[in-house]
Amino acid sequence: MKLKTTLLGKTYVFRDVKDVLAKANEEKSGDQLAGIAAESAQERVAAKVVLANLLVSDIRNSPAVPYETDEVTRIIQDDLNERVYQEIQHWTMAELREYILDDATTSADLRRLSRGMTSEVIAGLAKLMSNLDLVLAAKKAVVTAHCNTTIGLPGTFSVRLQPNHPTDDPDGILGAVMEGLAYGNGDAVIGLNPVDDSLASVSRILHMFHDFTERWEVPTQNCVLAHVTTQMEAVRQGAPSDLIFQSIAGSQLGNDAFGVTAQMLQDARDLMLSHGTSTGPNVMYFETGQGSELSSDAHHGADQVVMEARCYGFAKRYQPFLVNTVVGFIGPEYLYDSKQVIRAGLEDHFMGKLTGIPMGCDACYTNHIKADQNDIENLAVLLVAAGCNYVMGIPHGDDIMLMYQCTGYHDAESLRQIFGKTAIPEFEAWMIKMGLITPDRKLTRRFGDASIFLQ
Amino acid sequence: MYQEDEVRRMVQEVLAGLVSAGVGTPAPDAAPAAVAAAAPAVAVGSAGSGGGRVAAVAVEDGEVPDVTAVSTKDEFHVPNPANRQAYLDMKQSTVARLGVWRAGPRYNTWSLLHFRADHATAQDAVFTDVDPGYAAEQGFVAGQTLCGSKDEFLTRPDLGRKLSDETKALFGRELTKGAKVTIMVGDGLSTSALVNIPQILPAIKQGLKNAGIEVGPVPFVKYCRVGAMDDLGPLVGSDVVCLLIGERPGLATGESMSAYMAYRPSEDKPESWRTVVSNIYAGGTPPAEAGAHVATIIKRILDEKVSGVDLKL
Repeated sequence: MKLKTTLLGKTYVFRDVKDVLAKANEEKSGDQLAGIAAESAQERVAAKVVLANLLVSDIRNSPAVPYETDEVTRIIQDDLNERVYQEIQHWTMAELREYILDDATTSADLRRLSRGMTSEVIAGLAKLMSNLDLVLAAKKAVVTAHCNTTIGLPGTFSVRLQPNHPTDDPDGILGAVMEGLAYGNGDAVIGLNPVDDSLASVSRILHMFHDFTERWEVPTQNCVLAHVTTQMEAVRQGAPSDLIFQSIAGSQLGNDAFGVTAQMLQDARDLMLSHGTSTGPNVMYFETGQGSELSSDAHHGADQVVMEARCYGFAKRYQPFLVNTVVGFIGPEYLYDSKQVIRAGLEDHFMGKLTGIPMGCDACYTNHIKADQNDIENLAVLLVAAGCNYVMGIPHGDDIMLMYQCTGYHDAESLRQIFGKTAIPEFEAWMIKMGLITPDRKLTRRFGDASIFLQ
Repeated sequence: MYQEDEVRRMVQEVLAGLVSAGVGTPAPDAAPAAVAAAAPAVAVGSAGSGGGRVAAVAVEDGEVPDVTAVSTKDEFHVPNPANRQAYLDMKQSTVARLGVWRAGPRYNTWSLLHFRADHATAQDAVFTDVDPGYAAEQGFVAGQTLCGSKDEFLTRPDLGRKLSDETKALFGRELTKGAKVTIMVGDGLSTSALVNIPQILPAIKQGLKNAGIEVGPVPFVKYCRVGAMDDLGPLVGSDVVCLLIGERPGLATGESMSAYMAYRPSEDKPESWRTVVSNIYAGGTPPAEAGAHVATIIKRILDEKVSGVDLKL
């Protein structure tokens, strides 16, 4: 394994694979906070040069966290298809990158390839890709999933309707659901981040969502994003949940901080398949985000792109319907500004798709980061160009409960128009049936009028 | 345990004391209720092809209306809704930006600018530095954490929890050693939140004075994170340190402040050792009222010698 190179007359020696991967990362304030980032632009490039010449096997054999002590590593390594891995183990990372970008490499080829790459290998690829590389490669990596409807089909672009409310007021939540649907949002899921994590409240909202979508025959999924154990208890008591949600991390220690284990997620999936309301087989919903492991001191000295990729390798075990990075939520100490947020959004989407999971993105920002709505609209355009399965839809992009901003209800149809996309076919047909759009996709006067549901 | 009515009575006492002393009475024109009263009618978009126009805001001739004058609950622009009254009723149940209508698939101009104004409020609160003369004007002892700039403050929370060596030396000289209570002021994530200080600080002092508790000189810390109070604690040796600090702004709520209190704070105490009163601003808990409340909590902490989760409020 070669861990040394000379660049522009200066010799760089890296400690190990973890060090190469960290220093090859594009600049991130979180890696600097962790004290593992490249110290100069030249050192960053030197690390990329060394990384490009590492073999796939070099990286597979150096997981970020030891196999013996971490169940996330065990799941990633054990779920690999050894035959596919053996085909690529002697390739350099440069060769692997160029294979992925090769015109002759198809979506089906990438799907097969995803079975032979560990999360660290996929993270390594992201570090050798420019932003446009990330868009192009991800665009090729089509990943669909089925719950009640099918997400991720080419030509479609979906939105999670996020009707959050600072006190979980049922009328306020339902009002936001109506408005979102009137703007063509919600084909991915109608999903609430609850303030009140109690069983009674979670069950009440699930019933409310279910009753509403039944009455108006909305072809979609519902979910209340409480802790996994709360949702499981709600389902056991008969609450009509189509998906079970959980935030996850890229190490066992990070998952400890979320109060979640691999067994818990397996139990949740088994419960949903036996007692859930949805068709399946994809019944899980996960959220992630670069930097969360560092914030809980669970990063094991690895950089935040590697730890994020490991979330996806872990998520894949549970065959999710939705996975999204919440890319700008964590703050400037992890992603400094809009440039870093946009980069991270493209990296995460690429890594998710290359892992073989149906990836979406919460393109967002908090008020203490140097980013604004224009930046997030830029990222949304890039994501749809990259074939991203879904983004979030929030009234005017203003989440009045989580106190951050992300893509708004208006962005769903704007992006569909720009890229010639539709919603999920059944949902698209419903929009036409409701008179929101015409069959040739023109907006009607009813589009944007929530009170069509108040008659 | 203090009874609720007893706490209310103490708050009233402190407020009465403040009024008679002529300090810190809440300015009515700062309250959002007053703003709402100035714009009474629901701004219903009726005429015009472009949706609504806020017609109810009284302005002088030649002046463009303030885009933020109408609350998101009352702003409404859907031109011919299927059920106008039900829509307006529904909007009263949430401050989410509903009924904003559209230009093609995009936002209409009015709501776009309202949103931008609200974000600008939040951004200015975070990224504006405290005026260099601020601490001296207020009669505070001015110090700083290890952060050398706003950028460093935002990216290095660890440095924002530590006082600089110069500050430690200065505070060691200027602050009263062993004052029973030290009230500390920090900018935190909102410089705009310092607007609450002229109301909340006299209210806390008055409340403590009523109980016979004197407060030492007030240290001000620039680029301050909450953890900096743990660095200050051992330096002054006070039984209670109370930190008044700007919160991370929400959209349109740039002035929100929190008061963190701890019994003999130090680095080895967990975060759960702190008691917090948050959401202090004209539109949340008004600062004078919050100050009176904070004073009663400080007295409880002094009596019971515990704070945070161990203090059952």
